[in-house]
Amino acid sequence: MFEVLAAQNPGELAKGLSTIGAGIVYGGAAIGPGIGIGIVVGNAITAMARQPEAAGMVRTTMFLGIAFTEALALFGFVLVFLLKGS
Amino acid sequence: MTLALTFPLVSELVEWKPFLFKGTPFEVNKVVVLMWIAAALVFLAFWAAGRQSKKSLVPAGVQNVVEAGVEFVRTDVILQTIGPEGLGFMPFLVTVFFFVFACNIFEVIPFVQMPVTARMAIPAFLAIVVWVIFNFVGIKNQGFGGYFKSMLIPPGVPKALLPLVALIEFVSTIFVRPFSLAVRLFANMLAGHLLLVSFAVLSAALFSSTYIGAIVPAGFLVALIGFELLVSVLQAFIFTILTAVYIGGAMHPEH
Repeated sequence: MFEVLAAQNPGELAKGLSTIGAGIVYGGAAIGPGIGIGIVVGNAITAMARQPEAAGMVRTTMFLGIAFTEALALFGFVLVFLLKGS
Repeated sequence: MTLALTFPLVSELVEWKPFLFKGTPFEVNKVVVLMWIAAALVFLAFWAAGRQSKKSLVPAGVQNVVEAGVEFVRTDVILQTIGPEGLGFMPFLVTVFFFVFACNIFEVIPFVQMPVTARMAIPAFLAIVVWVIFNFVGIKNQGFGGYFKSMLIPPGVPKALLPLVALIEFVSTIFVRPFSLAVRLFANMLAGHLLLVSFAVLSAALFSSTYIGAIVPAGFLVALIGFELLVSVLQAFIFTILTAVYIGGAMHPEH
């Protein structure tokens, strides 16, 4: 089926496949960081609830943890545009 | 009645036509002008606050904003991550915070609505500046050999794993740190911009076809603008605090 489609309009198939690939890339890249940020924030909330006087320090560290975890998802986000552009 | 709509291409949303010095490497477009405005705003805010503080001891107007920002960077960023000996970096970190925030906030200002940091150039340049500074601080404080030793050999690693760990640490400190610093800011602002554009396009399409159907996406759009305000502040804060963490890590070796 793909051969027939490719013969009819060669550009369209490549474009469609690269769009599907970009979607899969971002979906895959978002799984791990999603779980990771959930763990980071959940544990930070536990810590803040147990020791409210340490909330300032916990919040700073939480944002650091989020930033490092989130970077992986953002690499995927950038990769989508690189894939779509090429 | 048609409900079909076409989303604009990403290149249409972030690439603006140059209107000055066309064809040279120094082309000026909307984003460059916004960058100049951001730099001028930060300069003027600090200049006005400095002048005001000479006139009277009671802070008023813009001085309040600037003092709150300086105090925030001092207590929540530097003292939490570097410690008292990092206070010498306060002018740099305050400038970075305010400049990145001014660049980000253009995302939600009506009729401007283009975050300067959604183009890679500014985050990449800032990340290179940060990279040069933290490497310089490390070499100055620990010596060339000592800096690379503390960077490559984390304490408590088994001997057999050392070559692998050293390689990973080298790549992560020298290459991944500036790259992730730049990409984090850039991708967050670009994603926010695209999100706002998507909901604006959806609202416009639904308004032109059904009128009443536009209420839901328009309501989301208003909520997302509030969210993006938060993201602008947060990303400026994260950029500043990561800069401080990198400088602090280069200043004191891990034990």
